[in-house]
Amino acid sequence: MIAELGLAALWLAAALAGLQLFAAVIGLIGKGDDAEGAGIAGLVRPAAIVQALLCALSFGALLLLFARTDLSVLLVATNSHSMKPMIFKLAATWGNHEGSMLLWVSVMALSGGLIALVERRLPVRTMIATLGAQAFVGLGFYAFLLFSSNPFARLAEPVAEGQGLNPLLQDIGLAFHPPTLYFGYVGLSVAFSFAVGALLTRQVTPEFARVMRPWVLGAWSFLTIGITAGSYWAYYELGWGGWWFWDPVENASLMPWLAATALLHSASVLAARDALRAWTIMLGVVAFSMSMIGTFLVRSGILTSVHAFAVDPERGSFILALLTIYIGGALVLFALRANTVAEGERFSILSREGALVVNNVALSAILGIVLLGTLYPLLTEAFDVRVSVGPPYFNPVGAIFFLPMMLVLAVGPMLRWRNDRLERIRWSAIGLLALPVALAIGLGISLKIDLLPLLGMALSASVAIGSLMPLRGRALRRVPLATWGMVIAHFGVAVALFGMSADTAFQKERLVAARVGETVQDGPWSITLKSVEPVAGPNWTAIRATLLASYDGGPVQESHPQARSFWAPPQDTSESALLTRWNGQLYTVLGGEAEGDRWQLRLWWKPFVTWVWYGGVLIALGGALALIGRVSGDLKRRRAQARNIERRSAGDPLMENPA
Amino acid sequence: MRTFLALLLTLLAVPVVAQDMLPPAPYAYQQLDDPALETQAQNLMLTLRCLKCQSQSIADSDAPMAGDMRHQVRTRIAAGENPEAIRAWMVERYGAYVSYKPEVSASTWPLFVIPLVLIALVLFVLSQRLRRRA
Repeated sequence: MIAELGLAALWLAAALAGLQLFAAVIGLIGKGDDAEGAGIAGLVRPAAIVQALLCALSFGALLLLFARTDLSVLLVATNSHSMKPMIFKLAATWGNHEGSMLLWVSVMALSGGLIALVERRLPVRTMIATLGAQAFVGLGFYAFLLFSSNPFARLAEPVAEGQGLNPLLQDIGLAFHPPTLYFGYVGLSVAFSFAVGALLTRQVTPEFARVMRPWVLGAWSFLTIGITAGSYWAYYELGWGGWWFWDPVENASLMPWLAATALLHSASVLAARDALRAWTIMLGVVAFSMSMIGTFLVRSGILTSVHAFAVDPERGSFILALLTIYIGGALVLFALRANTVAEGERFSILSREGALVVNNVALSAILGIVLLGTLYPLLTEAFDVRVSVGPPYFNPVGAIFFLPMMLVLAVGPMLRWRNDRLERIRWSAIGLLALPVALAIGLGISLKIDLLPLLGMALSASVAIGSLMPLRGRALRRVPLATWGMVIAHFGVAVALFGMSADTAFQKERLVAARVGETVQDGPWSITLKSVEPVAGPNWTAIRATLLASYDGGPVQESHPQARSFWAPPQDTSESALLTRWNGQLYTVLGGEAEGDRWQLRLWWKPFVTWVWYGGVLIALGGALALIGRVSGDLKRRRAQARNIERRSAGDPLMENPA
Repeated sequence: MRTFLALLLTLLAVPVVAQDMLPPAPYAYQQLDDPALETQAQNLMLTLRCLKCQSQSIADSDAPMAGDMRHQVRTRIAAGENPEAIRAWMVERYGAYVSYKPEVSASTWPLFVIPLVLIALVLFVLSQRLRRRA
C-alpha cells in the first residue's frame, strides 16, 4: 500500500510539473493583459508548492518502506537487510541508484516550492519563467525515474531476507555523503533555472543576482563539505596517505565546485555593481552542466567504481539525453539572447571587479583543464587508444592558472569597487606580492623543495595575510556577517593550500620490516613495535599491531593499525591508524608478515596534512556565514518595507488624498 | 631461494592468479638504503599507473601487481639504471597506458594544445578588458 501511495504521489508530482511548465509557457506567451492567460499563469506558484508536497510524500513513503524493511519491494530487497541498524536502513534509501534519484527530484521540488512560497522580489514574468524552467528540468528527472528507475517496483513474491548494503558503504560518513553532494547539485539547478528565467525575460539585474546568490552560496558550501569529506575518506581508507588522486569521480565533484566558485564571485559583481551580466548567466548554465556531466560520469557506468550502482547503458543514455536537451537548449537560448542583454556597468582593471574577472577567468580555465583531462581518456578509449592522465598532468597545468589566481586573491579583497587608485594600495600590495617572492627564495635556498609546493607555501602566506586585510581598521563587531564569511573562506583557502604544499614537500615515508621490540625513526618520531595480536570483529578477523610512538622524545602514544580480512565478501583491507598533532599526523599501516618474524610497517610523518581539511571546513563555514548574512539582511529589508507600507496605508487620509 | 624464485617468476610474467599466491617481492614494501636512490625510485613510481586499480599510482596501491612493479623499479634503480629507461621498459611491456607522465604524441597532442589555446584566450580576454576599460 505504501509503495503504491509513493508511486501515485510521484506520478501526480510529475503531472503537476507538467501543469507548471504549461502554465508558465502560456503565461509567457500571453502578454499578461488578457485575463485568461493571467489566470493560467497564476497556477504556476501553487503548482510548484503542491508538487513539492507530493514529492516529499513520495520520498517519505520510500523512507518508511526502508525503515520497515518491506521485502516485497524490489529496491528494499536488493539494498537492505532486516538486521541492519536503523541509521543504515534509512541511509540505504539513497545508497542506490533509484533512491538517490528520488532524493534528487525531491530536493529539487522542495527548492521549487520554497521559491514559489517566499520569493517576491523578482518581476512576475521572470518568476514565471524561472519556475517554468524548473518544471522543465524536473520533468526530465521524473521521466527518468518513472520510466527507467522506478524505486517502488514490487516483487511478484516477497523474499525472506534482503541482500544487504555494500559493506564499504556502511559508514556513517558515507551515509551523509550523497545527500551533501545532491544538495549542492540541486542548488546549482535552481541557479540554472533563475539564469534561464532571467534570460527568457531579459531581466538580468542586480536584483536577480541577489535572489540567486543564496542558492549558489548554499550549493557551494554543500559541495565544499562533500569534497572535503570525500578527500578525508580516501585518505584514511586507502592506506597510502594520499588525499587527492585526480580520479574521474573526484573530478566529477570538483568541476561543479569550480564553476560554482566562479558563479558566486561573478554574481557578487552583478549584485553590487550591475556588471558582468551575460557572463553570470553563462556561468549559471555551466555550473549546472557540470553537475549533470558529473552525474552522468558517475552513474552511467562509464567509470567502474563504488559509485556506479548499476552499470546500465539505458540509464546512461537517458542521462546523456537529458544533458543534451538542457545544456544544448540553454546554450542555444544564451546564443540567441546574450547580445540583447546589455553589457552592464563598466569598471577599471584596477578595481574589485577587475580582480574578480581574473578570478573568474582563471577558475574557468582550470575547469576547462580538469574537464579536458577527465574526458580525454574516455574519448580516446572509444577509439581503442588508452591514455593515462593523472597528477603529473593536472598539477603543473592547473598551477599555471591557479598560482596567478592566488596572487590576485591576496590583493583583490582590499581593492575598491569600480575604480581604485594605485597610490592608495601601493604599499600593502607591494608587501603582499613581495612576501611570497622573498619566502620562496628563502625557503628554496634553505630547504630543497620542489617548485610547486614551494610556490604554494609562499603564496599561502600572502593569501592568509591578504584575506584578513578587509578587516583592517574596522570595528570588528560592525563587520557584516557576509564579509566575515568572505574573510573566513579566503583564509581557509590559505590554510588548505599550506597543508597541501607542506605535506607534499615535507612528508617522510618509512617502509620497514620490523621485529617486535624494534624501534624505527620516521622524521621526528621514534616508533616501537610493541606487539602484534589477532583480533576479531562481527564479520572480519584481523591482526592488530600496537605501536608506541613518541614525537621528538615527548610522551609515548599508542597506535593500533590493523590488517583486516572480511569473510563475506572475502576482502583484505588495511585499517590505518592516525596520531594527530596540531602540526600534522603520523600515519601508520600494518602490512603482512615478512621473513624472520618481522612485520611490514608503513609509516608516514605528514606535516600539516590536517590543514588541508581544516581549510576545507573553513571555506564551507565562510560560505554558510555569508549565506546567513545575506538571507537575514534580505529578511530585515523585507520587514522594513512591509512596515513602511503599513505606515503609509495607516497614515493621515489627507496625506494620501491631498485633493 | 624463495625470493629468488619469486623474482624469477615475476620476470616471466606468470598468470596473475599464481602471482597473488606468492609472498610480495622483497622491494615491494622495502625502501632502498640510499635515500637519493629511494627518492629517484619514489618519483618514478608516482608517475607509473597501477594497472589493476582505479586512478592510483603504483606508489600508493596494495595490489600485488603494483608491489611487483615497485620491486622492479627499486631493483633497477639500485642497479644504476636511468629512471627514464625503466619507464621505457614499462611502456614497452604494458603500453603507454602505464605512464602518467604527460608526453606529446599522436594520441595526446590535444591535451597540450588545448591548454595553450586556453592561455591565449585568457590573455586575449584580459587584454580586451584592459584596453576597453583603461
